[in-house]
Amino acid sequence: MNHWDPIYQSPDYRRMIGQKTRAVVVMTVFFVVYYFALPVLVGYWPDLMSRRLWGNVTLAYAYAFSQFLMAWAIAYLYMRYADRFDRTTARILSDVSEAAQASQGGK
Amino acid sequence: MSLPLVMFLAFVVATLGITYWAAGRSSGESAYFAAGRRITGWQNGLAISGDYMSAASFLGIAGLIAFYGYDGFMYSVGFLVAYLTVLLLVAEPLRNTGKYTMADVLAYRLRARPVRAWASISTLTVSTFYMIAQMVGAGALVSLLLSDSGIGYAEAVTGVGILMIVYVVFGGMLATTWVQIVKAVLLMSGTFLLSTLVLAHFRFDLGALFDAAASVSFQSNGATVTQNFMEPGLYFKPPYGALDLISLGMALIFGTAGLPHILIRFYTVPDGKTARVSVFWAMLLIGAFYIMTTFLGFGAATIVGADTITANGGTNMSAPLLAQALAGDVFFAFISAVAFATILAVVAGLTISASTSFAHDFYSNVLHHGKERKPGEEVRVARWTAFVVGALSILIAIGLGPNANVAFLVGLAFAVAASANLPVIVFSLYWRRFTTRGAVWGLAAGLVSSVGLILVSPSFMGIDGPEVAEGARRMIQASTWYPLKNPGIVSIPLGFLAAYLGSIFSDEPSADAKYVELSVRANTGLGAEKAT
Repeated sequence: MNHWDPIYQSPDYRRMIGQKTRAVVVMTVFFVVYYFALPVLVGYWPDLMSRRLWGNVTLAYAYAFSQFLMAWAIAYLYMRYADRFDRTTARILSDVSEAAQASQGGK
Repeated sequence: MSLPLVMFLAFVVATLGITYWAAGRSSGESAYFAAGRRITGWQNGLAISGDYMSAASFLGIAGLIAFYGYDGFMYSVGFLVAYLTVLLLVAEPLRNTGKYTMADVLAYRLRARPVRAWASISTLTVSTFYMIAQMVGAGALVSLLLSDSGIGYAEAVTGVGILMIVYVVFGGMLATTWVQIVKAVLLMSGTFLLSTLVLAHFRFDLGALFDAAASVSFQSNGATVTQNFMEPGLYFKPPYGALDLISLGMALIFGTAGLPHILIRFYTVPDGKTARVSVFWAMLLIGAFYIMTTFLGFGAATIVGADTITANGGTNMSAPLLAQALAGDVFFAFISAVAFATILAVVAGLTISASTSFAHDFYSNVLHHGKERKPGEEVRVARWTAFVVGALSILIAIGLGPNANVAFLVGLAFAVAASANLPVIVFSLYWRRFTTRGAVWGLAAGLVSSVGLILVSPSFMGIDGPEVAEGARRMIQASTWYPLKNPGIVSIPLGFLAAYLGSIFSDEPSADAKYVELSVRANTGLGAEKAT
């Protein structure tokens, strides 16, 4: 009996993988769409993107700048999630190592 | 001795000191290849930034913005957003399941020899392309910056090449890391100072800077042209501009997470969490840097002007000339030294990634089935490879000459990384049904299609008019077959498709069975390589 299967099958681990997958997929889809909207809009609707928002700041420039804020915001959000997953992981691992010590398993 | 040369030498002395210090701490495999896995999160964040932000970013993008305005800034955006792919999908699981190279992750479930052989070919291709672009650029640039000191192209290339060989051969990953950290600090402070001076020039009124950028005048074919640099469309032009932009974006967004010299940085930290934290630090620095490229570019366009820049060495000189215009010769020398440090840190990172992959993947695991015949053999092979890679780069760069059109090689390196490396990394981490055949097909298709498309693209193929200089002419003088400069839009889907089809058309129970172990390791860090 290896010590991977019990972890993989444990409800805590399944739940964490579910949450993690959901978070990562949602964030990835969002940033990919948000990012590729930039070349698509700039490439195919240059007149729209050349519109001025305030002063000489064009929509194109403002949207490009917003990408930096978007990237930082998603990174921050992910770091928050990941800290939560770390705590779950630590709990799962300590449960497993107790079980393993009880049955004299792997390290 | 000119002032820039003095500052260059100061950097050389400092980095050789680092190398001497690191050399005493680089015996043993994990010390040499992974700096003992004891680099901290913020240190690795700085080192990633130093590894990633090349002279093409610092001088190239500033120059693009100085000459084409907004469209140059589009590059800046992609270079940062790309790190979300690294953070969300790759950094932590890679650290948790690998040892020294990206192929470690693939070989975990799949048959080691074919997978490592192909991954090593892909790694060497990406690193070599990137390296040649950097070396030719370095030679041209250093000889320009040091023109007062009588240093020519060949001497500059040789000097840069010898330094990177010394860092990597003697100091391994530890020296490379600290050279990259020093460079990142220099680059960030240089860029910050330069941006502050630009803003001060406009009395810290951003509106005034943007107003100036909205009407930039320069000479074109003997007439004065005025353009609005806040508007898109000056660089990427119809009919293929939009598609090229999307294709480039794909290569950046999906390629960064497949660049071998970036990926190996995650093995230098103690655990997966630190790997993640280091990406976050890197994103803060890289983002701040790329936002500032606007100030550099617009500053150069409005304060120096395209005509003066063209007369003094061309687009790449935009940032140094801006420094000279704003604060005189000492600052020019400092910014030149920053550019020099930037080049060295990147080529050192490329050299160590190529030599690690050759020694660890190809020599040890493909040729000798993962068994060392003598202790320390892998490190010894890596040191020799670094020497050979460095020497070859010097010779190729000198052979190509300073006018060679090599800028496309950077884009190609990203395209290969995105088309060949990323699909197989993602599938091996997240797709249970992935097989050896899928990995080999994916790596081969991604590599061959991106390189093949470049060969028939306008970067390589086309009919040059008589005005183009001898050394700058394109290799194939015939009309282009593939209209875009960036292959990603075709080659990235092809890489994913081939990896998918190869897996569907084969059955590998052992790969399936090991998925549970890989998933648990990737997600929990259980059994990951420890710091030494």
